[in-house]
Amino acid sequence: MEKITPNTPAEKMTIAGNIYEAGNSLNFKTGDWRSVKPIYISEKCKQCGLCFPVCPDDAIPVNKEQKREDFNYDYCKGCGVCAKVCPFGAIEMK
Amino acid sequence: MSIRERLSGNEAAATAMRQINPDVVAAFPITPSTEIPQYFSTFVSNGTVDTEFVAVESEHSAMSACIGAEAAGARAMTATSANGLSLMWEMIYIASSMRLPIVMSLVNRAVSGPLNIHNDHSDAMGVRDAGWIMLFSENNQEAYDNLIMAHRIAENKDVLLPLMVCQDGFITSHSIENIELIEDEKVKEFVGKYKPEHYLLNDKEKIAMGPLDVQTYLFEHKYQQANAMRNAKKVIAEVSEEFEKMTGRKYSFFEEYKMEDAEIVIVCMNSTAGTTKYVVDSLREKGVKAGLLKVRMFRPFPAEEIAKALSKAKAVAVLDKSDSVNGVGGALYTDVTSAMYVNGVNVPMVNYIYGIGGRDTTSYDIEGVYNDLMEIVKSGKVDNPYRYFGVRREK
Ligand code: SF4
Ligand code: SF4
Repeated sequence: MEKITPNTPAEKMTIAGNIYEAGNSLNFKTGDWRSVKPIYISEKCKQCGLCFPVCPDDAIPVNKEQKREDFNYDYCKGCGVCAKVCPFGAIEMK
Repeated sequence: MSIRERLSGNEAAATAMRQINPDVVAAFPITPSTEIPQYFSTFVSNGTVDTEFVAVESEHSAMSACIGAEAAGARAMTATSANGLSLMWEMIYIASSMRLPIVMSLVNRAVSGPLNIHNDHSDAMGVRDAGWIMLFSENNQEAYDNLIMAHRIAENKDVLLPLMVCQDGFITSHSIENIELIEDEKVKEFVGKYKPEHYLLNDKEKIAMGPLDVQTYLFEHKYQQANAMRNAKKVIAEVSEEFEKMTGRKYSFFEEYKMEDAEIVIVCMNSTAGTTKYVVDSLREKGVKAGLLKVRMFRPFPAEEIAKALSKAKAVAVLDKSDSVNGVGGALYTDVTSAMYVNGVNVPMVNYIYGIGGRDTTSYDIEGVYNDLMEIVKSGKVDNPYRYFGVRREK
């Protein structure tokens, strides 16, 4: 599918805004909606696994060893749910 | 050979739907359109159609189910009236903006309140800017014919817009009239198979439909929609011509009745045109040059053509079966007057709001309008263009 940009004229745009591509929501970086930011303090983290299931945006990546990694700020909206859930103070909202 | 029958307007609509044999019909009963899904569900039960009938719990869901079905790649139809259409409101816009050629039978009725189940055009006028093609029908035959033409127009790749066929609640929906039906096979051939280019159930093409459309894109998509509506005009003309070849019944953007030399003209839609024709005939016998312009295609609006057709008249009355409550006049009136203005035609014009909530419209009422027009021609003056007939007022 041809890339549609803010310069594409109406005649060249797809009908009704259809997107002929799967999984395209990944291209929509929603991180800039954020007003506060969660900071991961890895030294305090016990890898208890409570934070990543509650993230509404899947913005806490988990690796093959089932361990969480640093935040994916491309999509984190800064809602703060993860910080509330963490029992060990390993997430601070700034 | 065509089939001579006698059917009510609702039966005629349901018969057209049986012959079209759509993939999905989703509808919720509401007076006066209830009989359409009722008759249709009998066809489903009897196996005379292959349709998946979705008995939804509201009109919002009826339109939503049609949208889902049409997006999936199916041909979907529905029927409703008045407050049913009001409840669909949100989805009416989704359907047209997603460019889904859903076809609806709208059996016109007053939108409450106060609660009233009888005919006027307030339901249709409420969605006149929603991006649907709107065809109006004087009688049962026209309601049937317009439906047979509907998919060919709506599904055309230069159009891809939903379409509603309007007829007057009770006045035609519940009146039995003679009708000429087209043979099932011929309808099937005329309507053809639905072959959408992009649809959800196509495993050869990945697709996301109805995504978020931010400031950088929505305007362009609305422009595309407006272009499609402009294109619809040509397609409606072509399909109507093809329909005439099959049936001998001619359909234009509007019907001109005794307009060649008409000096005083009424413009109206749906069943009132029948009453008006009767009055035109009796006035013609008395040597009065009366004429009628009956609008069939209300969206897209044939502005240029209407202005041209009315250019030789000496006075024109536009009848609106819905009051726009805007201090200026009804929707048809404001459309016709602006059509005249931008096309440089200046004819004295008046508007009459009439028939609200099923108020009877008699030949005497129509004659009264023609008398007023004769007055206007004589005096060359229009005192108050925003008028009413049939409403009780203090003298
Ligand atoms: S702040 Fe909200 S969105 Fe961001 S990582 Fe935490 S839970 Fe997810
Ligand atoms: S909740 Fe806190 S301690 Fe548990 S994994 Fe998440 S950051 Fe680490």
